[in-house]
Amino acid sequence: MIERAPNYLLYLNVLVIATCGLIYELLAGTLASYLLGDSVTQFSLVIGVYLSALGVGSWLSRYVENRIARTFIEVEIGLALLGGFSAPILFIAFAQITWFRIALFGSVFSIGVLVGLELPLLMRILKEHLDFRELVARVLTFDYIGALLASVLFPILLVPRLGLVRTSLMFGILNAVVGVWGTYLLRPLLSQQSLDALRGRGFLVIGLLAVAFIKADTLTSWTEEVILGNPIVYSTQSPFQRIVVTRNANGFQLHLNGHLQFNSRDEYRYHEALVHPAMTTAGDAKHVLVLGGGDGLAVREILRYPNVESVTLVDLDPAITTMAAEFPPLAELNQHALQDPRVTVINRDAFVWVSEDDRKFDVAVIDFPDPGSYSVGKLYTTRFFHLLRARLFDSAVVTVQCTSPLVAPKSYWCILKTMQETGMDVRPYRASVPTFGVWGFALAQIKPLETTADGGFLQHIELPTGLRYLDRKTMATMFDMPVDLQPVPTQPNRLNDQVLVRYYEQEWGAM
Amino acid sequence: MGGDVNFSRRELLAHLAAVPLSGLVGCGALGGYNFVGELLSPDFSTGHRLRDGWQPPPPKSAAQSHQVVIVGGGIGGLATAWQLDQNGIDDYVVLELADQPGGTATSGSRDGFHYPWGAHYVPTPMQDNESLIELFRQMGVIVGQQSDGRPIVSEQYLCREPEERVFFQGHWIEGLYPTAGASPQDLEQLQRFRELMRDWSTRRDAAGRRMFAIPMSRSSDDDLVRQLDNVSMSQWMTDQRFSSARLRWLVDYSCRDDYGLTIQQTSAWAGLFYFVSRLGGESAESQAVITWPEGNGRVVNYLAQQTADRMRCSHAVTNIQRRDGHVHVRALDKQSSTTVDFTAKHVVFAAPQFLAPHLISDWKSSGRSVANFRYGGWVVANVFLSARPQESDGAMAWDNVIYDSRSLGYVVSTHQTGLDHGATVLTWYQPLLDDDPRVSRAELMQLTWQDWVRVVVSDLRKAHPDLAPLIRRIDVMRWGHAMVQPRVGFVWSDQRRTASESLGRIHFAGTDLSGIALLEEAFDRGVQAANRCAV
Repeated sequence: MIERAPNYLLYLNVLVIATCGLIYELLAGTLASYLLGDSVTQFSLVIGVYLSALGVGSWLSRYVENRIARTFIEVEIGLALLGGFSAPILFIAFAQITWFRIALFGSVFSIGVLVGLELPLLMRILKEHLDFRELVARVLTFDYIGALLASVLFPILLVPRLGLVRTSLMFGILNAVVGVWGTYLLRPLLSQQSLDALRGRGFLVIGLLAVAFIKADTLTSWTEEVILGNPIVYSTQSPFQRIVVTRNANGFQLHLNGHLQFNSRDEYRYHEALVHPAMTTAGDAKHVLVLGGGDGLAVREILRYPNVESVTLVDLDPAITTMAAEFPPLAELNQHALQDPRVTVINRDAFVWVSEDDRKFDVAVIDFPDPGSYSVGKLYTTRFFHLLRARLFDSAVVTVQCTSPLVAPKSYWCILKTMQETGMDVRPYRASVPTFGVWGFALAQIKPLETTADGGFLQHIELPTGLRYLDRKTMATMFDMPVDLQPVPTQPNRLNDQVLVRYYEQEWGAM
Repeated sequence: MGGDVNFSRRELLAHLAAVPLSGLVGCGALGGYNFVGELLSPDFSTGHRLRDGWQPPPPKSAAQSHQVVIVGGGIGGLATAWQLDQNGIDDYVVLELADQPGGTATSGSRDGFHYPWGAHYVPTPMQDNESLIELFRQMGVIVGQQSDGRPIVSEQYLCREPEERVFFQGHWIEGLYPTAGASPQDLEQLQRFRELMRDWSTRRDAAGRRMFAIPMSRSSDDDLVRQLDNVSMSQWMTDQRFSSARLRWLVDYSCRDDYGLTIQQTSAWAGLFYFVSRLGGESAESQAVITWPEGNGRVVNYLAQQTADRMRCSHAVTNIQRRDGHVHVRALDKQSSTTVDFTAKHVVFAAPQFLAPHLISDWKSSGRSVANFRYGGWVVANVFLSARPQESDGAMAWDNVIYDSRSLGYVVSTHQTGLDHGATVLTWYQPLLDDDPRVSRAELMQLTWQDWVRVVVSDLRKAHPDLAPLIRRIDVMRWGHAMVQPRVGFVWSDQRRTASESLGRIHFAGTDLSGIALLEEAFDRGVQAANRCAV
């Protein structure tokens, strides 16, 4: 029967096997460089481990003495299962960085061993039916053609169209199909008993992978990948929000519930603008409060001031602060700010926290998400600012991120109006952040801000060194609001009448 | 049509039968879910025993003498005590049957949560409701006055947005009126209804009184408004050509919510009172709602704190007698099972009117009757959740209403605290709407905790299919006589109006004297009764 099988079918088989093997390797390399950065190192390591595992597999093939056909099909099915689910498993392992490395190299090595077993076993099966010279030439030719096919398809078609998870699952299915197909091609070499068992397992694996493939459509990560436009390197659903990190050539991006929070390329502009006007105006700030800002990037800026004795970071979501401390790209970006002994992280709704304690602060840096819902909108109400005031020394300086004054002028001025309602002296300012465009902030103090002769504020201390965006002159110009960013009349935002959420919906909804 | 929901015994049983038992309640395990709870009710056993001729033991000690004895520690009795203190009379005691004060405004707490067991909000009082404003000022709820005299409520006590939403055709819609898919006629009728209510709110009678004012003792008694009491709200809607199903549902919901009656059972006076009495100011906007996590339990606790050691809980009054120029009150201290006698210059009877014939000795000779005072039964369930259900249409509001449900939906006890994630307690309400309240009460007492849990969970599941695994606990309160019912003809009946007249030195308080059950009414009646206790 095997002699009667058309030769091209066997070569097609080899082609598919080779393509699958290389796809798994490319998936592992891509995922590793997304997550761990430094793609040269990651690809080198993955290729190295994979090739050596191929060698291990080839060497192990000598211990397979009889029932070669059955072993070959079992390897195919095992490979289908392992390779097919490799990307989904690695995605899940993203959340735990230490486990990710183990899962990554464990799967690369296991896949390599199984792929390494494939060709020696297949060649031994075929050697009795083909001239050896012919066999080696054809098998290796189709093996390399398969590699070429994989390396071309992967970046051009597979990743953009299917995404990593579905690519992985689809090639798992192909691999299992080869295994099941093998049970037909190699029928004479298999006992009836093992035939049934192999086909049963083969179809089961195809079924599992197919279900996962269909379900991947509802998997939010896949759709997010399409929506966000960049490959996802980290995604998790906390009880509070959906956290997604994407990465492209320009850096990586954090999205909360689909809203971009920062881009590593230009976040320094945003965070320097957020933090330094308040810190320099406050002068010798010792105790600094950060509300929101669980990414640790504002804390990084605050820690540039050697006189700071404590930073209290209150962020709702432990998933964010844990990620900021442990997810390498983010931890590097915030310069391990959350591990600094001066920093205390509290995971609590700031609205609740602010009325629970009585410690007072010199500076409050407020970096909440935009007021797109009532549960965030409550953090921009007169009630909230009243509660906050009780947590600040009279000389304390407050800074607040206030969405874009260009896109959402009513929202922006509503936040300032709300702060003014609580008796603070509030000043508007803005910065240009390419990812966001013109971004708005508010600087406020309970007692009136001291102004200088030229109309600016008295900055009690100099800016720290090492800033990339701000110098004294740039900081002064941030407070000159251009003609298209002049105040518009609004109501203050109150708990029982959250006009801000409605302004925000109108203004950003119209975009 | 949603506006014609009538919760009869037969329907309730059919409804129960339709809920698979195995899916929810098994022997301890609830279809894989495990939650516990209690079936609660106010103490009615002492009352029933007395009604059935039981004689309490004779008193062991001499009568305690006070200037005023207040019978009943609900809002009416507590308001009496508060007003006595304002008037400089501090020699009083409050006798309360239950082991904690508050009546139907009482609240509970467990695991750090505070939640209502009954009434849970108060619309901001209008500026002429001086006593209530004074109370709220003392409580720190009202913090000032606007230039036009309207009170300023401290922001944290005003109901936070999102205030209310309705689950309609598979989606939550902000607000109480389901706007989605409303026809032009629906919207036209809604607009016309609102304008009509606004019109009523701006009218004044010859004496300058509002047509519908809170407290209702300050409303007009002009024939124009009294006539409204002779027809049902349903009939009035029909007469005014309000046929929109959605509008009628909204009005029916409001009647069930405030009175525990359907649109057919409620008098049109009461129906209009609900909408018009809250419209105030130049803009004639609805008065902002004041609420607390524990509902009106906050007011109860504040007032009870003021009475301090003059509050006697677990005291069942068994007799009130006028003799020798004094009023003698006999009570059973349930904790020690002893009888205690009190002698007072004045007694304020702040218990429901239906108890008066049983407790006041010379009731029969007074020629009064309270036969027309009817009280509806309610079920209130506090549902403890370990987390919030997934929501696709935004976050939970304070008040969450399910269209076309027999229940009134639920309020979220953590709403005012700002805790928008994680564990919470939902307080679910359902009035029993039988035409004969005695049927409702029999129903109420017959059903078990399991029965009520099935009703509660199957109702909540309509809007939250994934709720069941999140439930940790459900406590169910059965109120037999929760609210006086403003049925057709009652509010302006002689019986209701004469009930507030004193019997010598026995004065009456309690919201039922107003014919409607509202904190403001109970408070007003308490204040008025206290002012009659001249020393």
